[in-house]
Amino acid sequence: MKREIKGMLTGLGVTFKTMTKPAVTVQYPHEREDPPTRARGVIALKEENCTVCMLCARQCPDWCIYIEGHKEQRPPRREGGRPRSVSVLDRFDIDYALCMYCGICVEVCPFDALFWSPEFEYSESRIADLLHDKDKLGEWMQTVPEPEPLEQGAVSK
Amino acid sequence: MIAFDIGWGTTLAIKAIIVLAIVPLTALILGYVFLLKMMSHMQSRLGPMDPGGFHGWFQLIGDGVKFMQKEDIMTKEADRRVFALAPAVVVLSTFLVFVVIPAGPRLVVAPLDVGIFYALAVSSLSVIGVLMAGWASANKFALLGALRAAAQLIAYELPLVLAVVGVVIQAGTMNLQGIVGAQQNGEIFGWGGLGQPYILTQFIGFALFMIAAQAELTQPPFDMPVAESELVAGYMVEYTGFRFLFFFIGEFGTAFAFSALAATMFLGGWSVPWVHGSAADVLGPLVLFAKVMLVAFLMFWARFTYPRLREDQLQALAWKWLIPIALINILVTGVLKVAF
Repeated sequence: MKREIKGMLTGLGVTFKTMTKPAVTVQYPHEREDPPTRARGVIALKEENCTVCMLCARQCPDWCIYIEGHKEQRPPRREGGRPRSVSVLDRFDIDYALCMYCGICVEVCPFDALFWSPEFEYSESRIADLLHDKDKLGEWMQTVPEPEPLEQGAVSK
Repeated sequence: MIAFDIGWGTTLAIKAIIVLAIVPLTALILGYVFLLKMMSHMQSRLGPMDPGGFHGWFQLIGDGVKFMQKEDIMTKEADRRVFALAPAVVVLSTFLVFVVIPAGPRLVVAPLDVGIFYALAVSSLSVIGVLMAGWASANKFALLGALRAAAQLIAYELPLVLAVVGVVIQAGTMNLQGIVGAQQNGEIFGWGGLGQPYILTQFIGFALFMIAAQAELTQPPFDMPVAESELVAGYMVEYTGFRFLFFFIGEFGTAFAFSALAATMFLGGWSVPWVHGSAADVLGPLVLFAKVMLVAFLMFWARFTYPRLREDQLQALAWKWLIPIALINILVTGVLKVAF
């Protein structure tokens, strides 16, 4: 009985103490809280690294990545060699109305073309506007934080 | 003091309008101050901040307007007349309690001689409205909620009345004006500076009254009749729009009425030491309001702190603890009253 009463009084104390402290709420449209540096806000595309390998589009559980590309002939590296064939990216869209922010595409990219950016304010009043094309995805690259410095002893190639 | 000479009909009309306006207003004040803001801060959040500009004061009024716009839905199997009447019965009992609560030496609708007895009697009318609502909804959850409410309100009516008996013995009257006067003119060990609020001598009665009132209001931790995780919303489950708004006004208006009763009986009501006559008529309502807010704070503090009890724990608390303690309290008060 004594224990129960003590517990009940402690409960009253907790709620009263919480009431006297300022609330943890951030009044979002009026004031902004910066998300953590590595927050998963939006996916950015570094276009020159993309080889149109389609790994991200195939791994995407929501099928929200659309990629189109074509092959082009480039002059041979050495005199007398064969002309090289290079994949050129025509279209790279991510539909953020479908994306579930799992990050598998970023994980799976073998050429470091996709990055997480902490930006999160890109809501639209039309759902079709949530389809970001490769120019828009390229613009997000500016908001991607610099990679962490290598650990001590690790050698940069 | 300016003397008005108006007919009794006009006086009655003015009194009726004031009472009609005050009950929804008190519900709004309690709902805003405690339900929206205090509970939010106790949970480390802010509650509504934008409606009305200043800390969301307009939120509840907006909610009320929204309720009035909603479709009035009635289930096909419902007992239509009873279903429609039930919220009115609940609100009616709230209105009737306000009739006897004095806000000043002359500011009382009807200073009945059986004041406190009348107030507790009409406040228990709401159980009829609740039973009507539960039965007429043709819904098993509503019926279960109504039966729980009936069992709970009957069980807690006893400690509520018995807790008051101590005050009545000490004051020697059931008239609420008389109880206020007895507290104002009382003395603490021969010193009359502050009067004698009965919370000092009847502290046990006050605690019992608050616990029992909490159960009468079906507020947490005694909210089994409306337990949303078990019974969805109990007897209110089929109600929408304006009728639901009636239940809301009834709930918070009754909370205000019970706070006012507790403030009147245990904290001295409208009385301020050394203030008499017409000054008390002006100051009285403000003092009473301040005391009511203090009591309501205690009530809602408990509401927002404790989780819901189990049904058998609820009944055990009333019959095994509150009623015996209340009876002992009456016995001791009576013996001391006769002895001194």
